[in-house]
Amino acid sequence: MEKGMVFLHGLGTICILIGIPFFVSGAIGLLRFPDIYTRLHALTKADNVGLGFVVLGLALQAEQWNTVARLLLIWLLVLVASSASCHLVARAALRKKIQPWSRS
Amino acid sequence: MTMSWLYSTAALCLLSAIVVGLLRILRGPTAADSMLAAQLFGTCGVAILLLLSKGLDWLVLQDIALVFALLAALAAVAFALRTWGETER
Repeated sequence: MEKGMVFLHGLGTICILIGIPFFVSGAIGLLRFPDIYTRLHALTKADNVGLGFVVLGLALQAEQWNTVARLLLIWLLVLVASSASCHLVARAALRKKIQPWSRS
Repeated sequence: MTMSWLYSTAALCLLSAIVVGLLRILRGPTAADSMLAAQLFGTCGVAILLLLSKGLDWLVLQDIALVFALLAALAAVAFALRTWGETER
C-alpha cells in the first residue's frame, strides 16, 4: 500500500472508534433518561452523530467512489428519517398531554 | 476471507448497545418508548450492516442497510401518525 492509503486507512479507523461511544451513550441515555422527550433527545442526536462518524470512517477506507456515494446517501436518509420521526413522536406525545420532565 | 478485528469488535459493541436499548421495552411506560428502542435498532442495525459489509467485503449488505433505514423511517412515521396518535396510552 502507498503511504497516503495507509494514512487514510488509519484516519478511518480512528473515526470508526470515535463513532462507537456515541452509539453506546445513546443507548444508555435511552435507558436512563426520565421521560419521552429526553429519550428522544438522547437517541436521535447521539446515534446520528455516531452513524456519521462510522460512515465517515468507512468512506475514508473505501476503495471506490461509488461506495463513498452510497454510504453518504444512506447516512443522509437516516438523518432525514430520524429527525422527521423524532418530530412526529414528540408532537404526538405533546398532543397526548404528556408533561415534559422537570427537576421539581 | 478473514474479518479484521476492528469491524467485528465495533459490530459487537453496537450489538451490545442494541441489547441495552432493548431493556427500555421492558421498562417503558408508554408505547412510544418501545418505538424508540425500535428506532435505536434501526440506526445501530444500519451501522452494523455497513461495518460488516466492509469487514466481510460483501457489498450487498450496503443495500440491505439502505432497506433497514427506509423501513425504520416508515415504521416510525406510521406509528406516530396512525397508531399512537389515536389510541390511549
